[in-house]
Amino acid sequence: MTTKDVVFGALGLLACCSGVLVVTARNVIHAALWLVVTLGALAACYLLLTADFVAWVQVLIYAGAIVVLLLFAAMLTRAPVGPGQDLDSGNRPAAALVAGGVGVTLVTLLVQAFRSAYVDLDRVAGTGAGRPIGDALFRSYVLPFEIASVLLLAALVGAIVLTRPEIGRR
Amino acid sequence: MMPVWAEVALKLVGCLLAFLTLPLLVGQLEHKTMAHMQSRLGPMYAGGFHGWAQLVADGVKFAQKEQIVPAAADSVVFRLAPVVALLPYLLVLAVIPIGPGEQVAQALDVGLFFALAVISVAVLGPIMAGWASANKYALLGGLRAAAQLLAYELPLVLAAASAAMAAGTLSLPGIVEQWRWWWLPYQGVAAVVFFTAGLAELRRPPFDMPVADAEIVFGPYTEYTGLRFAFFLLAEYAGIVVFAALTTVLFLGGWRGPFLDVQLGWLWTLIKVMALSFAVIWLRVSYPRLRADQLQRFAWTVLVPLSFAQLLLTGVVEVARA
Repeated sequence: MTTKDVVFGALGLLACCSGVLVVTARNVIHAALWLVVTLGALAACYLLLTADFVAWVQVLIYAGAIVVLLLFAAMLTRAPVGPGQDLDSGNRPAAALVAGGVGVTLVTLLVQAFRSAYVDLDRVAGTGAGRPIGDALFRSYVLPFEIASVLLLAALVGAIVLTRPEIGRR
Repeated sequence: MMPVWAEVALKLVGCLLAFLTLPLLVGQLEHKTMAHMQSRLGPMYAGGFHGWAQLVADGVKFAQKEQIVPAAADSVVFRLAPVVALLPYLLVLAVIPIGPGEQVAQALDVGLFFALAVISVAVLGPIMAGWASANKYALLGGLRAAAQLLAYELPLVLAAASAAMAAGTLSLPGIVEQWRWWWLPYQGVAAVVFFTAGLAELRRPPFDMPVADAEIVFGPYTEYTGLRFAFFLLAEYAGIVVFAALTTVLFLGGWRGPFLDVQLGWLWTLIKVMALSFAVIWLRVSYPRLRADQLQRFAWTVLVPLSFAQLLLTGVVEVARA
Protein backbone atom coordinates (compact mmCIF):
# COMPACT_ATOMS: atom_id res chain seq x y z
CA MET A 1 0.00 0.00 0.00
CA THR A 2 1.56 3.27 -1.09
CA THR A 3 0.94 6.80 0.14
CA LYS A 4 -1.16 7.41 -2.96
CA ASP A 5 -3.47 4.52 -2.05
CA VAL A 6 -3.93 5.90 1.46
CA VAL A 7 -4.66 9.43 0.23
CA PHE A 8 -7.01 8.07 -2.43
CA GLY A 9 -8.88 6.06 0.18
CA ALA A 10 -9.13 9.05 2.50
CA LEU A 11 -10.49 11.24 -0.31
CA GLY A 12 -12.98 8.55 -1.25
CA LEU A 13 -14.14 8.35 2.35
CA LEU A 14 -14.44 12.15 2.46
CA ALA A 15 -16.51 12.13 -0.73
CA CYS A 16 -18.81 9.41 0.66
CA CYS A 17 -19.26 11.04 4.08
CA SER A 18 -20.00 14.48 2.64
CA GLY A 19 -22.32 12.79 0.15
CA VAL A 20 -24.29 11.32 3.05
CA LEU A 21 -24.33 14.76 4.67
CA VAL A 22 -25.77 16.24 1.45
CA VAL A 23 -28.89 14.10 1.81
CA THR A 24 -29.15 14.23 5.61
CA ALA A 25 -28.48 17.97 6.09
CA ARG A 26 -31.43 19.79 7.68
CA ASN A 27 -30.86 22.84 5.54
CA VAL A 28 -30.91 23.23 1.75
CA ILE A 29 -27.92 25.57 1.63
CA HIS A 30 -25.86 23.32 3.88
CA ALA A 31 -26.70 20.42 1.58
CA ALA A 32 -25.47 22.43 -1.43
CA LEU A 33 -22.24 23.37 0.38
CA TRP A 34 -21.61 19.73 1.36
CA LEU A 35 -22.10 18.93 -2.31
CA VAL A 36 -19.16 21.27 -3.04
CA VAL A 37 -17.03 19.20 -0.64
CA THR A 38 -18.14 15.94 -2.31
CA LEU A 39 -17.37 17.24 -5.79
CA GLY A 40 -14.04 18.71 -4.64
CA ALA A 41 -12.99 15.38 -3.10
CA LEU A 42 -13.94 13.61 -6.34
CA ALA A 43 -11.88 16.12 -8.32
CA ALA A 44 -8.91 15.41 -6.03
CA CYS A 45 -9.41 11.68 -6.71
CA TYR A 46 -9.25 12.38 -10.46
CA LEU A 47 -6.06 14.38 -9.90
CA LEU A 48 -4.49 11.44 -8.07
CA LEU A 49 -5.42 9.21 -11.01
CA THR A 50 -3.48 11.68 -13.26
CA ALA A 51 -6.71 12.84 -14.97
CA ASP A 52 -5.85 16.54 -14.57
CA PHE A 53 -8.14 17.86 -17.28
CA VAL A 54 -11.21 15.98 -16.03
CA ALA A 55 -10.46 17.10 -12.47
CA TRP A 56 -10.40 20.81 -13.28
CA VAL A 57 -13.41 20.59 -15.59
CA GLN A 58 -15.22 18.89 -12.71
CA VAL A 59 -14.41 21.84 -10.43
CA LEU A 60 -15.25 24.44 -13.10
CA ILE A 61 -18.59 22.95 -14.17
CA TYR A 62 -19.91 21.33 -11.00
CA ALA A 63 -18.51 23.32 -8.07
CA GLY A 64 -18.39 26.59 -9.99
CA ALA A 65 -21.52 26.60 -12.13
CA ILE A 66 -23.98 23.92 -11.02
CA VAL A 67 -23.68 24.56 -7.29
CA VAL A 68 -23.96 28.32 -7.87
CA LEU A 69 -27.13 27.64 -9.86
CA LEU A 70 -28.44 25.42 -7.03
CA LEU A 71 -27.66 28.08 -4.43
CA PHE A 72 -29.31 30.74 -6.59
CA ALA A 73 -32.47 28.67 -6.98
CA ALA A 74 -32.59 27.81 -3.27
CA MET A 75 -32.05 31.43 -2.22
CA LEU A 76 -34.64 32.68 -4.71
CA THR A 77 -37.36 30.35 -3.45
CA ARG A 78 -36.85 29.78 0.27
CA ALA A 79 -33.63 29.58 2.23
CA PRO A 80 -34.26 30.12 5.93
CA VAL A 81 -31.17 30.35 8.11
CA GLY A 82 -31.38 27.51 10.62
CA PRO A 83 -32.89 24.03 10.20
CA GLY A 84 -35.64 23.74 7.58
CA GLN A 85 -38.70 21.84 8.78
CA ASP A 86 -40.26 20.50 5.61
CA LEU A 87 -37.27 18.97 3.83
CA ASP A 88 -38.32 15.35 4.37
CA SER A 89 -40.95 14.16 1.90
CA GLY A 90 -43.29 11.20 2.32
CA ASN A 91 -41.48 9.39 -0.45
CA ARG A 92 -38.48 8.88 1.79
CA PRO A 93 -38.66 5.03 2.08
CA ALA A 94 -39.28 4.60 -1.64
CA ALA A 95 -36.40 6.95 -2.48
CA ALA A 96 -34.10 5.12 -0.07
CA LEU A 97 -35.07 1.82 -1.69
CA VAL A 98 -34.41 3.04 -5.23
CA ALA A 99 -31.15 4.81 -4.32
CA GLY A 100 -29.92 1.84 -2.28
CA GLY A 101 -30.79 -0.56 -5.11
CA VAL A 102 -28.97 1.54 -7.70
CA GLY A 103 -25.97 1.91 -5.37
CA VAL A 104 -25.69 -1.82 -4.64
CA THR A 105 -26.11 -2.69 -8.33
CA LEU A 106 -23.42 -0.24 -9.44
CA VAL A 107 -20.96 -1.28 -6.74
CA THR A 108 -21.47 -4.97 -7.53
CA LEU A 109 -21.07 -4.32 -11.24
CA LEU A 110 -17.88 -2.29 -10.79
CA VAL A 111 -16.35 -4.78 -8.38
CA GLN A 112 -17.18 -7.69 -10.69
CA ALA A 113 -15.87 -5.94 -13.77
CA PHE A 114 -12.68 -4.40 -12.39
CA ARG A 115 -11.76 -6.70 -9.52
CA SER A 116 -8.34 -7.65 -10.83
CA ALA A 117 -7.74 -4.56 -12.99
CA TYR A 118 -4.81 -2.50 -11.77
CA VAL A 119 -3.55 0.73 -13.31
CA ASP A 120 0.11 1.54 -12.93
CA LEU A 121 -0.07 5.29 -12.35
CA ASP A 122 3.55 5.90 -13.34
CA ARG A 123 2.97 4.25 -16.70
CA VAL A 124 -0.16 6.26 -17.58
CA ALA A 125 1.20 9.60 -16.35
CA GLY A 126 0.42 12.35 -18.86
CA THR A 127 -2.51 10.61 -20.53
CA GLY A 128 -4.96 12.82 -18.64
CA ALA A 129 -3.47 16.07 -19.96
CA GLY A 130 -5.24 18.35 -22.43
CA ARG A 131 -3.81 17.00 -25.69
CA PRO A 132 -4.44 13.24 -25.20
CA ILE A 133 -8.00 13.94 -24.01
CA GLY A 134 -8.62 16.16 -27.03
CA ASP A 135 -7.18 13.52 -29.37
CA ALA A 136 -9.38 10.84 -27.85
CA LEU A 137 -12.55 12.98 -27.91
CA PHE A 138 -12.22 14.37 -31.41
CA ARG A 139 -10.52 11.44 -33.20
CA SER A 140 -11.32 8.02 -31.67
CA TYR A 141 -14.60 8.85 -29.94
CA VAL A 142 -15.95 11.72 -32.02
CA LEU A 143 -19.25 9.96 -32.82
CA PRO A 144 -20.32 9.24 -29.20
CA PHE A 145 -19.15 12.76 -28.30
CA GLU A 146 -21.34 14.36 -30.96
CA ILE A 147 -24.31 12.12 -30.10
CA ALA A 148 -23.99 13.17 -26.45
CA SER A 149 -23.94 16.84 -27.48
CA VAL A 150 -27.11 16.38 -29.60
CA LEU A 151 -28.76 14.66 -26.63
CA LEU A 152 -27.84 17.58 -24.36
CA LEU A 153 -29.18 20.05 -26.92
CA ALA A 154 -32.46 18.13 -27.12
CA ALA A 155 -32.72 18.19 -23.30
CA LEU A 156 -32.08 21.94 -23.33
CA VAL A 157 -34.81 22.57 -25.91
CA GLY A 158 -37.13 20.28 -23.95
CA ALA A 159 -36.50 22.21 -20.75
CA ILE A 160 -37.36 25.50 -22.47
CA VAL A 161 -40.57 24.05 -23.95
CA LEU A 162 -41.64 22.60 -20.58
CA THR A 163 -41.06 25.83 -18.68
CA ARG A 164 -42.86 28.00 -21.25
CA PRO A 165 -46.33 26.53 -21.76
CA GLU A 166 -47.34 29.27 -24.23
CA ILE A 167 -45.00 27.72 -26.82
CA GLY A 168 -47.04 24.52 -27.08
CA ARG A 169 -50.39 26.32 -27.35
CA ARG A 170 -49.49 28.35 -30.36
CA MET B 1 22.09 24.59 -8.68
CA MET B 2 19.44 24.78 -5.98
CA PRO B 3 17.80 21.57 -4.80
CA VAL B 4 14.24 21.11 -6.07
CA TRP B 5 12.53 21.69 -2.74
CA ALA B 6 14.38 24.99 -2.22
CA GLU B 7 13.34 26.21 -5.66
CA VAL B 8 9.70 25.29 -5.02
CA ALA B 9 9.78 26.93 -1.58
CA LEU B 10 11.35 30.07 -3.03
CA LYS B 11 8.71 30.27 -5.75
CA LEU B 12 5.88 29.79 -3.27
CA VAL B 13 7.29 32.52 -1.02
CA GLY B 14 7.46 34.73 -4.11
CA CYS B 15 3.78 34.00 -4.83
CA LEU B 16 2.84 34.81 -1.24
CA LEU B 17 4.80 38.08 -1.37
CA ALA B 18 3.12 39.06 -4.65
CA PHE B 19 -0.23 38.16 -3.10
CA LEU B 20 0.45 40.36 -0.08
CA THR B 21 1.90 43.39 -1.89
CA LEU B 22 0.31 43.69 -5.35
CA PRO B 23 -3.31 44.03 -4.12
CA LEU B 24 -2.21 46.74 -1.68
CA LEU B 25 -0.37 48.50 -4.50
CA VAL B 26 -3.54 48.39 -6.62
CA GLY B 27 -5.55 49.64 -3.64
CA GLN B 28 -3.25 52.60 -3.15
CA LEU B 29 -3.30 53.26 -6.90
CA GLU B 30 -7.09 53.30 -6.70
CA HIS B 31 -7.10 55.78 -3.80
CA LYS B 32 -4.81 58.18 -5.60
CA THR B 33 -6.20 57.75 -9.13
CA MET B 34 -9.81 58.18 -8.05
CA ALA B 35 -8.86 61.20 -5.97
CA HIS B 36 -7.07 62.94 -8.83
CA MET B 37 -9.81 62.08 -11.33
CA GLN B 38 -12.27 63.73 -8.92
CA SER B 39 -10.01 66.77 -8.31
CA ARG B 40 -9.05 65.68 -4.81
CA LEU B 41 -5.70 64.70 -3.33
CA GLY B 42 -6.59 61.44 -1.61
CA PRO B 43 -4.55 60.17 1.35
CA MET B 44 -1.57 62.51 1.96
CA TYR B 45 -0.36 62.06 5.55
CA ALA B 46 0.06 58.39 6.50
CA GLY B 47 3.70 57.40 6.04
CA GLY B 48 4.78 60.83 4.80
CA PHE B 49 5.22 60.63 1.03
CA HIS B 50 1.76 61.02 -0.61
CA GLY B 51 0.11 58.82 2.03
CA TRP B 52 1.81 55.60 0.87
CA ALA B 53 1.13 53.87 4.21
CA GLN B 54 -2.61 54.56 4.22
CA LEU B 55 -3.55 50.96 3.46
CA VAL B 56 -1.16 49.65 6.12
CA ALA B 57 -2.92 51.95 8.59
CA ASP B 58 -6.29 50.67 7.32
CA GLY B 59 -5.10 47.10 7.84
CA VAL B 60 -4.08 47.84 11.42
CA LYS B 61 -7.46 49.47 11.98
CA PHE B 62 -9.33 46.43 10.62
CA ALA B 63 -7.26 44.06 12.77
CA GLN B 64 -8.16 46.02 15.91
CA LYS B 65 -11.91 46.06 15.26
CA GLU B 66 -14.25 43.61 16.93
CA GLN B 67 -15.26 40.66 14.77
CA ILE B 68 -19.01 40.39 15.13
CA VAL B 69 -21.06 37.34 14.16
CA PRO B 70 -24.77 38.29 14.21
CA ALA B 71 -26.85 36.19 16.61
CA ALA B 72 -29.20 34.94 13.88
CA ALA B 73 -26.39 34.19 11.42
CA ASP B 74 -25.25 30.72 10.45
CA SER B 75 -21.93 31.12 12.22
CA VAL B 76 -19.88 28.37 10.50
CA VAL B 77 -20.78 29.43 6.95
CA PHE B 78 -20.45 33.09 7.99
CA ARG B 79 -16.87 32.53 9.20
CA LEU B 80 -15.93 30.35 6.24
CA ALA B 81 -17.13 32.75 3.51
CA PRO B 82 -14.21 35.27 3.58
CA VAL B 83 -11.67 32.43 3.31
CA VAL B 84 -13.54 30.86 0.38
CA ALA B 85 -13.58 34.25 -1.32
CA LEU B 86 -9.87 34.99 -0.80
CA LEU B 87 -7.88 31.73 -0.95
CA PRO B 88 -8.55 30.78 -4.61
CA TYR B 89 -6.87 33.96 -5.87
CA LEU B 90 -3.69 32.98 -3.99
CA LEU B 91 -3.77 29.56 -5.68
CA VAL B 92 -4.23 31.07 -9.16
CA LEU B 93 -1.10 33.22 -8.78
CA ALA B 94 0.91 29.98 -8.65
CA VAL B 95 0.22 29.13 -12.31
CA ILE B 96 0.72 32.60 -13.82
CA PRO B 97 4.07 32.94 -15.62
CA ILE B 98 5.85 36.23 -14.98
CA GLY B 99 8.80 35.56 -17.26
CA PRO B 100 10.07 33.12 -19.92
CA GLY B 101 11.16 29.59 -19.10
CA GLU B 102 11.02 28.58 -15.47
CA GLN B 103 9.68 31.86 -14.09
CA VAL B 104 6.37 30.40 -12.97
CA ALA B 105 5.67 28.86 -9.56
CA GLN B 106 3.96 25.78 -10.98
CA ALA B 107 3.70 25.19 -14.73
CA LEU B 108 0.58 23.06 -15.23
CA ASP B 109 -0.28 21.41 -18.52
CA VAL B 110 -3.92 22.48 -18.04
CA GLY B 111 -3.04 25.77 -16.29
CA LEU B 112 -5.81 27.74 -18.00
CA PHE B 113 -8.48 25.33 -16.79
CA PHE B 114 -6.92 25.30 -13.33
CA ALA B 115 -7.15 29.10 -13.16
CA LEU B 116 -10.75 29.26 -14.41
CA ALA B 117 -11.86 26.41 -12.14
CA VAL B 118 -10.31 27.86 -9.01
CA ILE B 119 -11.70 31.34 -9.75
CA SER B 120 -15.15 29.82 -10.18
CA VAL B 121 -14.88 28.49 -6.62
CA ALA B 122 -14.10 31.98 -5.31
CA VAL B 123 -17.55 33.18 -6.39
CA LEU B 124 -19.08 30.92 -3.74
CA GLY B 125 -17.69 33.30 -1.09
CA PRO B 126 -20.10 36.24 -1.54
CA ILE B 127 -23.04 33.88 -2.05
CA MET B 128 -22.26 32.08 1.21
CA ALA B 129 -21.77 35.42 2.96
CA GLY B 130 -25.06 36.75 1.62
CA TRP B 131 -27.06 33.78 2.84
CA ALA B 132 -25.31 33.20 6.17
CA SER B 133 -25.69 36.81 7.33
CA ALA B 134 -29.46 36.34 7.96
CA ASN B 135 -30.04 39.85 6.68
CA LYS B 136 -32.40 40.64 3.82
CA TYR B 137 -30.05 43.16 2.22
CA ALA B 138 -27.24 40.62 2.37
CA LEU B 139 -29.51 37.93 0.90
CA LEU B 140 -30.53 40.25 -1.95
CA GLY B 141 -26.87 41.01 -2.58
CA GLY B 142 -26.02 37.31 -2.57
CA LEU B 143 -28.82 36.64 -5.07
CA ARG B 144 -27.65 39.42 -7.34
CA ALA B 145 -24.06 38.14 -7.10
CA ALA B 146 -25.16 34.61 -8.03
CA ALA B 147 -27.23 35.79 -11.01
CA GLN B 148 -24.42 38.01 -12.27
CA LEU B 149 -21.73 35.35 -11.90
CA LEU B 150 -23.83 32.74 -13.71
CA ALA B 151 -24.34 35.12 -16.63
CA TYR B 152 -20.71 36.21 -17.00
CA GLU B 153 -19.03 32.83 -16.46
CA LEU B 154 -19.96 31.72 -19.99
CA PRO B 155 -18.40 34.59 -22.01
CA LEU B 156 -15.35 34.44 -19.72
CA VAL B 157 -14.68 30.76 -20.44
CA LEU B 158 -15.49 31.10 -24.17
CA ALA B 159 -13.08 34.04 -24.58
CA ALA B 160 -10.34 32.14 -22.76
CA ALA B 161 -11.06 29.10 -24.96
CA SER B 162 -10.49 31.24 -28.04
CA ALA B 163 -6.97 32.14 -26.85
CA ALA B 164 -6.27 28.50 -26.02
CA MET B 165 -7.43 27.44 -29.51
CA ALA B 166 -5.23 30.03 -31.19
CA ALA B 167 -2.21 28.89 -29.16
CA GLY B 168 -3.01 25.19 -29.45
CA THR B 169 -2.31 24.61 -25.76
CA LEU B 170 -3.97 24.98 -22.35
CA SER B 171 -0.72 25.76 -20.57
CA LEU B 172 -0.33 29.43 -19.63
CA PRO B 173 3.45 29.61 -20.31
CA GLY B 174 2.73 27.76 -23.58
CA ILE B 175 0.15 30.36 -24.62
CA VAL B 176 2.68 33.17 -24.11
CA GLU B 177 5.25 31.19 -26.14
CA GLN B 178 2.81 31.03 -29.07
CA TRP B 179 1.74 34.66 -28.83
CA ARG B 180 2.57 36.99 -31.76
CA TRP B 181 1.85 40.67 -32.16
CA TRP B 182 -0.92 40.08 -34.70
CA TRP B 183 -2.92 38.37 -31.95
CA LEU B 184 -3.88 41.88 -30.85
CA PRO B 185 -6.31 42.41 -33.76
CA TYR B 186 -6.96 38.65 -34.23
CA GLN B 187 -7.94 37.97 -30.58
CA GLY B 188 -8.96 41.55 -29.78
CA VAL B 189 -12.67 40.81 -29.37
CA ALA B 190 -11.92 37.90 -27.04
CA ALA B 191 -9.59 40.13 -25.00
CA VAL B 192 -12.28 42.77 -24.53
CA VAL B 193 -14.91 40.14 -23.67
CA PHE B 194 -12.58 38.42 -21.20
CA PHE B 195 -11.64 41.67 -19.49
CA THR B 196 -15.26 42.85 -19.26
CA ALA B 197 -16.52 39.50 -17.95
CA GLY B 198 -13.63 39.54 -15.46
CA LEU B 199 -14.79 42.93 -14.20
CA ALA B 200 -18.27 41.50 -13.74
CA GLU B 201 -16.92 38.42 -11.93
CA LEU B 202 -15.14 40.75 -9.52
CA ARG B 203 -18.34 42.80 -9.03
CA ARG B 204 -16.39 45.95 -9.83
CA PRO B 205 -18.19 49.06 -11.12
CA PRO B 206 -20.02 49.35 -13.49
CA PHE B 207 -21.00 45.77 -12.57
CA ASP B 208 -21.39 46.38 -8.82
CA MET B 209 -25.11 45.65 -8.51
CA PRO B 210 -24.50 43.03 -5.78
CA VAL B 211 -22.93 45.62 -3.47
CA ALA B 212 -24.98 48.64 -4.61
CA ASP B 213 -24.58 50.79 -1.50
CA ALA B 214 -27.48 53.11 -2.27
CA GLU B 215 -29.98 50.24 -2.36
CA ILE B 216 -28.79 47.32 -0.25
CA VAL B 217 -26.13 48.84 2.09
CA PHE B 218 -23.13 46.69 1.08
CA GLY B 219 -24.85 43.58 -0.22
CA PRO B 220 -23.38 40.31 1.04
CA TYR B 221 -20.78 42.10 3.18
CA THR B 222 -23.26 44.22 5.17
CA GLU B 223 -22.88 42.24 8.40
CA TYR B 224 -19.10 41.83 8.23
CA THR B 225 -16.66 43.69 10.46
CA GLY B 226 -12.96 43.74 11.24
CA LEU B 227 -10.58 41.30 9.59
CA ARG B 228 -13.30 39.28 7.86
CA PHE B 229 -14.49 42.42 6.07
CA ALA B 230 -10.86 43.24 5.22
CA PHE B 231 -10.54 39.76 3.69
CA PHE B 232 -13.42 40.49 1.31
CA LEU B 233 -11.83 43.80 0.31
CA LEU B 234 -8.47 42.09 -0.15
CA ALA B 235 -10.18 39.40 -2.27
CA GLU B 236 -11.52 42.15 -4.55
CA TYR B 237 -8.07 43.69 -5.08
CA ALA B 238 -6.36 40.30 -5.39
CA GLY B 239 -9.03 39.50 -7.97
CA ILE B 240 -8.14 42.63 -9.95
CA VAL B 241 -4.49 41.54 -9.99
CA VAL B 242 -5.39 37.97 -11.00
CA PHE B 243 -7.74 39.00 -13.82
CA ALA B 244 -5.29 41.64 -15.07
CA ALA B 245 -2.54 39.01 -15.04
CA LEU B 246 -4.70 36.45 -16.86
CA THR B 247 -5.68 39.01 -19.52
CA THR B 248 -1.99 39.88 -19.89
CA VAL B 249 -0.94 36.25 -20.27
CA LEU B 250 -3.77 35.21 -22.59
CA PHE B 251 -4.10 38.22 -24.86
CA LEU B 252 -1.28 40.73 -24.37
CA GLY B 253 1.75 38.47 -24.69
CA GLY B 254 2.68 38.18 -21.01
CA TRP B 255 6.45 38.68 -20.66
CA ARG B 256 6.95 39.77 -24.27
CA GLY B 257 8.03 43.38 -24.63
CA PRO B 258 9.58 45.72 -27.19
CA PHE B 259 13.13 44.73 -26.14
CA LEU B 260 15.07 42.48 -23.73
CA ASP B 261 12.22 39.92 -23.45
CA VAL B 262 14.34 37.33 -21.73
CA GLN B 263 16.06 39.55 -19.17
CA LEU B 264 13.22 41.95 -18.40
CA GLY B 265 10.24 39.60 -18.89
CA TRP B 266 8.99 40.03 -15.33
CA LEU B 267 9.04 43.81 -15.75
CA TRP B 268 6.91 43.72 -18.92
CA THR B 269 4.42 41.43 -17.18
CA LEU B 270 4.25 43.74 -14.21
CA ILE B 271 3.82 46.86 -16.36
CA LYS B 272 0.96 45.26 -18.31
CA VAL B 273 -0.74 44.03 -15.13
CA MET B 274 -0.52 47.49 -13.58
CA ALA B 275 -1.79 49.18 -16.76
CA LEU B 276 -4.82 46.86 -16.82
CA SER B 277 -5.43 47.44 -13.10
CA PHE B 278 -5.37 51.16 -13.83
CA ALA B 279 -7.99 50.59 -16.54
CA VAL B 280 -10.15 48.76 -13.98
CA ILE B 281 -9.97 51.77 -11.66
CA TRP B 282 -10.55 54.18 -14.54
CA LEU B 283 -13.75 52.34 -15.51
CA ARG B 284 -14.95 52.59 -11.90
CA VAL B 285 -14.64 56.37 -12.00
CA SER B 286 -16.12 56.76 -15.51
CA TYR B 287 -19.20 54.56 -15.71
CA PRO B 288 -22.46 54.55 -13.74
CA ARG B 289 -23.75 51.31 -12.27
CA LEU B 290 -25.74 49.01 -14.58
CA ARG B 291 -29.21 47.84 -13.50
CA ALA B 292 -29.88 44.13 -13.05
CA ASP B 293 -31.78 43.80 -16.35
CA GLN B 294 -29.11 45.79 -18.21
CA LEU B 295 -26.44 43.53 -16.72
CA GLN B 296 -28.19 40.38 -17.90
CA ARG B 297 -29.00 41.81 -21.33
CA PHE B 298 -25.40 42.92 -21.82
CA ALA B 299 -24.08 39.47 -20.91
CA TRP B 300 -26.48 37.39 -23.00
CA THR B 301 -27.05 39.62 -26.04
CA VAL B 302 -23.63 41.27 -26.42
CA LEU B 303 -20.83 39.34 -24.74
CA VAL B 304 -21.99 35.77 -25.46
CA PRO B 305 -22.64 36.33 -29.21
CA LEU B 306 -19.36 38.25 -29.50
CA SER B 307 -17.41 35.45 -27.88
CA PHE B 308 -19.10 32.87 -30.14
CA ALA B 309 -18.20 34.98 -33.20
CA GLN B 310 -14.59 35.18 -31.98
CA LEU B 311 -14.53 31.42 -31.37
CA LEU B 312 -15.81 30.85 -34.93
CA LEU B 313 -13.16 33.18 -36.37
CA THR B 314 -10.39 31.51 -34.37
CA GLY B 315 -11.60 28.07 -35.45
CA VAL B 316 -11.68 28.99 -39.15
CA VAL B 317 -8.27 30.70 -39.06
CA GLU B 318 -6.60 27.89 -37.13
CA VAL B 319 -7.98 25.20 -39.45
CA ALA B 320 -6.81 27.25 -42.45
CA ARG B 321 -3.32 27.63 -40.92
CA ALA B 322 -2.99 23.97 -39.95
